[in-house]
Amino acid sequence: MRTALFWIFSAAAVGSALGVVGSLRSPMNSALSLVVSMLALAGLYVLLGAQFVGLIQVMVYAGAIVVLFLFVIMLLNLRGGGASGAESQPITKAIGAIVAAGATLWLVRRLAAGRAPWPDVDEDFGTTRAIGEALYTDYVLSVQVAGVLLLAGIVAAVVLAKKKID
Amino acid sequence: MATSTVWVAIFLFSLVLLVFAPIMTWVERKQSALMQNRIGANRASIMGFKLLGLIHPLADVIKMITKEDTVPTGAHRFLHLVSPFIAVVPAIISFAVIPYGGRYEMWGAHVSLCVADLDYGVLYIFAIGSIATYGSMLAGWAGNNNFGMLGSIRVSAQMISYEVALGVTVIGLFMCFGTLKLTEMGLLQQETFRLFGFLEHLGFVAHGTKWLEWITVPMWGIVLQPLPFFMFLTALMAENKRAPFDTPEGESEIVAGYFIEYSGMKFGLYMMGEWIEVVVISALLTAMFLGGWSLPWVNEASMIRSWTPNLGPNVANLAAMVLAVHVFLIKVIVLIWFQMLIRWSMPRFRYDQVMNLGWKILLPLSLANIVITAFGILIVQEVTR
Repeated sequence: MRTALFWIFSAAAVGSALGVVGSLRSPMNSALSLVVSMLALAGLYVLLGAQFVGLIQVMVYAGAIVVLFLFVIMLLNLRGGGASGAESQPITKAIGAIVAAGATLWLVRRLAAGRAPWPDVDEDFGTTRAIGEALYTDYVLSVQVAGVLLLAGIVAAVVLAKKKID
Repeated sequence: MATSTVWVAIFLFSLVLLVFAPIMTWVERKQSALMQNRIGANRASIMGFKLLGLIHPLADVIKMITKEDTVPTGAHRFLHLVSPFIAVVPAIISFAVIPYGGRYEMWGAHVSLCVADLDYGVLYIFAIGSIATYGSMLAGWAGNNNFGMLGSIRVSAQMISYEVALGVTVIGLFMCFGTLKLTEMGLLQQETFRLFGFLEHLGFVAHGTKWLEWITVPMWGIVLQPLPFFMFLTALMAENKRAPFDTPEGESEIVAGYFIEYSGMKFGLYMMGEWIEVVVISALLTAMFLGGWSLPWVNEASMIRSWTPNLGPNVANLAAMVLAVHVFLIKVIVLIWFQMLIRWSMPRFRYDQVMNLGWKILLPLSLANIVITAFGILIVQEVTR
């Protein structure tokens, strides 16, 4: 059951990820493929026991960030046309293909060496409480650094969006 | 080990879906009619029986199903087809984490009145709700209609804005209860605290004074966090896009907004989604703020214990379960009524007013609430130690 779900989610994630870069004709299709990819990733997280991370993946990435992408696509009314210049550079395409092929080859070789078993985690793993405790005890510095970074981002956005700084 | 069953919860879930949604269309019509000094739905009849207009929901459904399903030229056919489903399915599956009652043991079976008692209960509803945004957003875009497009842009801006406030308002409540599970919140809300207990802790009254025990208050979410209750309700109503937050549909400006190109049952699905969301909102507020399935000042476990000598353990549990479901549904119905009252008494907010309310009022207030709640919890912990 678990393995079957793993393959379903993986196929969806990889397939829709290809769809993101493949559908140059329509930015809308790209963005929607991205949503499916995010949802499939969330499914994989849940399968690995990281339920909270999976849920936040749905809430933040699939539910908010890609909605913003769609919002911009709609606002600019990008229908068809595709990214200009994307087709006209064969060198970039070739480099991309080589890198992707190399990465796939390396991944396949690593995977062929042996399949990792499903992680054997205790019931508490990945719950909200466990993650909260980890974040606010062992990793409290990282949380605060991230908070400061986000604050800087918010201030920067306000400065950029303001027409006149008084 | 006794078997555990959630069939009762699944039954209730379907009951709410199949009975509440159609009857609510009738209630809404009658209530708006009353508020506007009209008679309301009274025409549909089966062989002369009108049943106060209760046949209207049935007539609506027959009309919607038999209507022609049009797809406009230039529409994105696939997205036009799936958008209504993306809008309605999240609303339906939100019910999975809502507890209609606690856990009961009868005739050797554990009956749980919550379909899926997830560790991250409330967050699940938020996550599912954020997916529902796509249903409305894509609808306007897929129909190849300029009014629909405007509706889509409005809907996405509004939903993103209020999603932020929605999550932040209830953090204070999570801090008070220390859990995201709706079932645990329900159990915690059965507790009571002494209203003037702090006098004893501060030393104004002698320890163990009798009259302090007389005035107790149930530990409901609305008692612990009164302002967030209303902020959460506001944010949820904005997410549901019904009046006064219905700028995305704005009949007088953009005809019907994002679902302008839908006819027949696809249009019906959008309507259904909205009504189901009204029930979800009420159920969520009941479970989080209004004590869930329990009566105030009543601890369910001790109530069952006191009934056991007379009724026997099985019947006592069954009676408690039936009572819990009724209490829960009555609270839900009151909140549904309250939402309809708001809907029919407020004019539509202008677009900038909607944005200002979300970003300049709800969000700062809810952030302030987190800080205040944190200090409050700290003080309570220090004083009662």
